[in-house]
Amino acid sequence: MKPPPLVYERAESVSDAVAILAEMEWGARVIAGGQSLVPMLNLRLAPLIKLVDISRIEDLRAFSDDGGRVVYGACLRHGEFEDGAVPDCANGMMQRVASRIAYRAIRNRGTIGGSVALADPSADWITVLIALGAIFTVAGPTGRREIHADEMFLGPYTTALGEHDILCSISLPKLSAEGRTGFYKVIRKAGEYPMTTASVVRDPATGLNAVVLGAVNRPQLRLRRSSAILAASTRWSDDVGAALIDAYGEDLAAAGRDGDPYERKLCETTVLRAVQQALR
Amino acid sequence: MENTTEMELSLGPRGIGVAMTRNEDARFLAGKGEYLADLNIPGTQEVAFLRSPVAHGIIRDIDIPPEYRSQVFLLSDLGDINPVRAVLNHPDFRASDFPALADGRVRYVGECIAMCVAPTRAEAEDIVQQISVDIEDLPIVTDAVAAAEGLTPVIHEGWPDNRVFVSKPSSGDMARAMAEAEIVIERELNMNRQCVVSLEGRGVLAYQDRRLDELVIYSSTQQPHMIRMVLAGLINVPEHRMRVVAPDVGGGFGVKNNLQSEEIAIAALAKVVPFPVRWVEDRREHLVASAQAREHYYKMKLFARRDGTLLGIDARVVVNAGAYSIWPWTSAMECNMVVGIMPGPYKMLAYRGHGTTVVTNKPPHGPYRGVGRPGACFALERMMDELAREVGISQDEIRRMNMVTPDEMPYLTIAGKLYDSGDFPLSVSKARDLIDPEKIRHLKRSNGQHGVYHGIGWASYTEQTAHGTNEWLSRNLSEVFGYEAATARFTPDGKLILEVAIQNHGQGLETTLAQVAATELGVDPRDVVVRHGDTAVSPYGLGTFASRSMVMAGGAVGRACEELGKKVKRIGAHFLQAHPEQVELRNNHVCVGSRSVPFSEVTRAAFRHAQDLPPGEEPGLQISLTYQPESGTGAFSYATHAVHVSVDIHTGLVTLHDYVVVHDCGTIVNPMIVEGQIQGGLAQGIGNALYEESPYDTEGQPLASTFLDYLLPGFPEVPTARIGHIESPSPFTRYGVKGMGEGGAIGAPAAIVNGINDALAELGVEINETPVSPKRLLKALQRSVEKTA
Repeated sequence: MKPPPLVYERAESVSDAVAILAEMEWGARVIAGGQSLVPMLNLRLAPLIKLVDISRIEDLRAFSDDGGRVVYGACLRHGEFEDGAVPDCANGMMQRVASRIAYRAIRNRGTIGGSVALADPSADWITVLIALGAIFTVAGPTGRREIHADEMFLGPYTTALGEHDILCSISLPKLSAEGRTGFYKVIRKAGEYPMTTASVVRDPATGLNAVVLGAVNRPQLRLRRSSAILAASTRWSDDVGAALIDAYGEDLAAAGRDGDPYERKLCETTVLRAVQQALR
Repeated sequence: MENTTEMELSLGPRGIGVAMTRNEDARFLAGKGEYLADLNIPGTQEVAFLRSPVAHGIIRDIDIPPEYRSQVFLLSDLGDINPVRAVLNHPDFRASDFPALADGRVRYVGECIAMCVAPTRAEAEDIVQQISVDIEDLPIVTDAVAAAEGLTPVIHEGWPDNRVFVSKPSSGDMARAMAEAEIVIERELNMNRQCVVSLEGRGVLAYQDRRLDELVIYSSTQQPHMIRMVLAGLINVPEHRMRVVAPDVGGGFGVKNNLQSEEIAIAALAKVVPFPVRWVEDRREHLVASAQAREHYYKMKLFARRDGTLLGIDARVVVNAGAYSIWPWTSAMECNMVVGIMPGPYKMLAYRGHGTTVVTNKPPHGPYRGVGRPGACFALERMMDELAREVGISQDEIRRMNMVTPDEMPYLTIAGKLYDSGDFPLSVSKARDLIDPEKIRHLKRSNGQHGVYHGIGWASYTEQTAHGTNEWLSRNLSEVFGYEAATARFTPDGKLILEVAIQNHGQGLETTLAQVAATELGVDPRDVVVRHGDTAVSPYGLGTFASRSMVMAGGAVGRACEELGKKVKRIGAHFLQAHPEQVELRNNHVCVGSRSVPFSEVTRAAFRHAQDLPPGEEPGLQISLTYQPESGTGAFSYATHAVHVSVDIHTGLVTLHDYVVVHDCGTIVNPMIVEGQIQGGLAQGIGNALYEESPYDTEGQPLASTFLDYLLPGFPEVPTARIGHIESPSPFTRYGVKGMGEGGAIGAPAAIVNGINDALAELGVEINETPVSPKRLLKALQRSVEKTA
């Protein structure tokens, strides 16, 4: 479990990183926190020739708050969200989610942008970013462009990022003071990857309502009917729960994912408990 | 002459029975242990093994790029080397050869084919990637039950089928038990395959010592003397030209308690290359290529009266022992242990066991903490719970009423085990007092709220330890591990060194053996050096396994120190102008009344100034002795576990709220270490019950090759057990000590799964398979919903 020979280059700026990546048609990869990439290299599962280290690029570690949105640099670490070192756009949700990603040792290095770029289907951040309607700024050989969360995640380990693109920042809307959120995940033991995740946002003032499900080895799923139940409810009750179970069932059926009763049950629990948090 | 009373008070007694902190922790807690990967021997080259990517096949070609040929070693490059042939001395045992590197055929994924040697491990792995092996596929066998029925293609040439051995212990009047039975309970259960996962992986380093003309082999092993003895025959180096050293070993749990292919291969390689070579196991290798454990299938029948009296047990067991038989235990060890120990702490009219060991295309079985007993306990204790439910008696009472009682000790069980001492029913009563079933019953009234169900789980068992000569003979093994050896010697400055053949890899033996010496010699145990794990420093002995070291090595140290003490007394008495029978050894002094002479005076005379010795006394102060317990049938510890669990039926997750262990390991040498052993075993038992599983697909490919898929419990998943002690000294051992290293792991799977079943009984759910994953639990819940719908 030692990596194969690799060329390592440290990029000094985003344009520098893009240029280094563009030098090679294939086999170069960005490394930020390295918490997923390094194990894959050690297992010799990632056939790479060159690593481009972007973790020291100042621009990628910046954040800003313009009152309406917060923009997070892609190389901000989970631990910085956990510690409150960056503003929380979602009334504490970012901090809550970050504080339960894997172990602190991983949170000290792992970055939010790395989670997005790898798109591990069980990563904690992804359903959160979809639910909040993240807008990603990406730099590539032809300049900068924006990608909306709904267009970003194409499936497990698959994103809209190109071979030579670098994720620069993540822009998230600020919830109103009344905005409520929920995040639930089923994990077999502390620190493990979740089996399922669900993120819920309910903010009538900004019109943001979302229920997003993530389950291992599946693309994330926006649950639109469930989201409508959420929007129409103010407090959790048994009736809300019953309506939600129906809506959730329809959402799954619409996505063609109502087959496996075990997976269905686990996902139902995850969604219900996340919504319950938002309607407490 | 000094007055020692004040000094004694300030030091306090630190002999047997004292909860002193561990001497070895001074280096371990400072991160200064020296493990195999820490060894820094100049010129060492690192080895990466090329391992089989397929589960069964014939090697047609191994293509090595010419530029690497000198760095790659196949079996044919290793010269004089024999395959391992580990057998039981029984005519029905089917033998097979296990070569250190593949000899034309591979039988499991991960089997060693070649060694690649380079200055660093990464470069060695680069070479591994450059080699291509052409393997012609053979049919793959993974299904143990089918193999036991003779329905699978044969793996070893010349065998009629894949059965290694069938053990059929039977005693008592089964016809009567069946005739008198008013209740018959039948269940099928299984305990899935596990890896061992020692904190430190395995590893071997070997080189030729030119000056001494000996082959030096460092190995992360539990038994250096045994490794030297068996290696000598396999690689044709006489034992007096070989030294085996176990450096600090970061946990063994059994996986370092057998001869490993890599030990043979690295030792053989060191004979043909002019530099030291080392292999350090990585986690992936550990999970796919080291010896594994469990994978038992049970068909159980329990016969009882309506009043709850147990009449008989019929246990049919199949164990999947993997592709090869490993030395010295053989592939039949696990299954034979299961059917040998099955009746547990209970009395009954009859017992019939039928245990079939089969070979398949999975990694070979080796010992793992508990060996067979976690499965036997799981199967039997599940049955006891079902009996309790069937006859309407509480889970604790059903156990108590069927147990062997103290007045029946020593008791020869239906399975032929001689229980030496103890009060089994008391362990249940005390566990009941600690766990407080009333409190849990109260919680159970709210079962269903938020999908949470509470339950209480019980398990009682006996733990055979320190098996002696009789027991090992009865198992038909090639080796008889009935004794241990120790040397005790003073240095000229009056300090004590103990040299023992056991290996301390987490048991605290550098402390507890010093406590034994303190009891015998009145030395300060903080100042005793315990040397172990090196064939060059101690007399021949067997090693640390099977919960034997405290009894066996403790006994040997005790005997040696007692004998040495007689000479110390003679010399000290001479100085004190007293009779040797009048003096006592206390606090590093020979004392009579208020007068004393320090040991340093005694040793000065013994080593440096023989003219001061009593007339006729020989110089020197050292002795080597062996010890074997009075009965070779073992000292039986026992315990009752009780656990409060809850199950979330919407996620299938299980929470352990409270865990109680009431145990008896005879005389306790160091309570802190005993409790640590229980807690550590419990952690592994929790892994067995809820998390750990090494599944294989039908192609024999391992599905858990990293910790992403092989889940281990961490601190948040392991509650701190509340422990109750009972102390019934064994009549068979010196000091009345019993072994106790495995019990925590034996009881936990049974107790936890019983707790889950207790929680879910009202939903009609029953689960009889470990580990109880959320998927298994949710599926069981769904089955019960479908059944009632």
